Amino acid sequence: MTFIISDRRPEDAFYRHVIPAGEPWLFDVKQGQTLRLLDLEGNQAIDTLFYNADNPRERYDPQRTLRRQGKVYLTTGSVLYSSLGNPLLTIVADTCGRHDTLGGACSQESNTVRYAQNKRYMHSCRDNFLCACLHDGRLHKRDIGANINFFMNVPVTPEGGLTFEDGVSAPGKYVELLAECHVMVLISNCPQLNNPCNGWNPTPAEVLIWN
Amino acid sequence: MTALFHSALSLHDEPLPGGAHTSLILRKGHILRLTDIDGGANVSMMMLNPHEKSERLNLPDTLKGQHTARLTTGHCFYSDMGRVLAAIVADSCGWHDPFGGVLNAAETLEKYGAGRYQELRNGFYRNGVDNLLVEMGKWDLGLEDLLMVVNFFSKVTVDEESRFRFSADNSRAGDFVELYAPMDVLMVLTALPHPQDPATEYLPRPVQLSWYQADRTEAVTDAMLTRDENQRAFHNTQLFAL
Repeated sequence: MTFIISDRRPEDAFYRHVIPAGEPWLFDVKQGQTLRLLDLEGNQAIDTLFYNADNPRERYDPQRTLRRQGKVYLTTGSVLYSSLGNPLLTIVADTCGRHDTLGGACSQESNTVRYAQNKRYMHSCRDNFLCACLHDGRLHKRDIGANINFFMNVPVTPEGGLTFEDGVSAPGKYVELLAECHVMVLISNCPQLNNPCNGWNPTPAEVLIWN
Repeated sequence: MTALFHSALSLHDEPLPGGAHTSLILRKGHILRLTDIDGGANVSMMMLNPHEKSERLNLPDTLKGQHTARLTTGHCFYSDMGRVLAAIVADSCGWHDPFGGVLNAAETLEKYGAGRYQELRNGFYRNGVDNLLVEMGKWDLGLEDLLMVVNFFSKVTVDEESRFRFSADNSRAGDFVELYAPMDVLMVLTALPHPQDPATEYLPRPVQLSWYQADRTEAVTDAMLTRDENQRAFHNTQLFAL
């Protein structure tokens, strides 16, 4: 894995927001601005979706994104393409090394399948997504597609296996993205407690934006 | 390969020409067989609940729930609501791809060159995004409903350097895959080459669609309980309409 460090200073960011563990956050990033997602305490999955703010039906497309880069994980240099084939953002720095976009987001319903029926009432990412979308008004359930799990490690083996491993992240790791157009960013700071994606202990994450 | 859960007599047969798109509701208890007629076919498919179309195939849930990045006999297709929309009950290929997605018009032009209707009439170069969008539009679905698709008959592996590798010989003439519907499922599909197929000549292959009545639905369900996750997902399916 390759680590690319950014020279941007947090004190120069015009926007900083700490997302508490287990909460959603929906915000806009304008074309040319740089967004940093910061794993404050380590091993925290940040479930993220991107939309074209000028046409919210146009969404981040994981299959096109992976196909066009020819590799199964995201890192510096990855261009995040939309369902219409337009670049939404480009990853320009990454001190974690790789990020998952196949594992999706947890939900009440998938928790019943993966773990047990009595896990239905635990908090989940897709409940977070829905809450943020319906408050904002520009997005609805049908806009929620497959997301990126920043700081999450989901290895695919040559034999076609797929597993959830301990996070590859650590306190202070970050990823930076340059917005190629005006994007909406929908985040769930993952509350999952049933697998190691958050190191069994969901923690806060910080969002920073530079002009 | 496994035992078949239906008689030899199909309810209906229909060829889907290479490059074409169609959609259908596979009724609860029915099996749809897709047959690769000439070899080298690829079928890109979306699945939805026709009674509540915001419920759709969720490939991430499908893959992580079954800890797999390939799809074959014994695998279920989960919806975002934790139900089994369809299950692979027979498969002579052994590998169907969840990675490759579909090309759009610009990507198709880049790969195959120009192939307009104006010159080629119905042999024009079609693309997966437009084919699926058109077919989805017939059910009042839109761009937001175009999610990750399954590519039947195709195999893409990931090597040690995390790079994708397309396997050209995954499906031969006569190979087939059978999908069982434990609930009504709306299938939207198109028969176009896999996006990662390196061939640069536009040669979409036809497939045969055959419908069967499953003759032992309890036996089908039992055969699909390959892991606890599938059992719980089938339970959720049963609860959808008790």
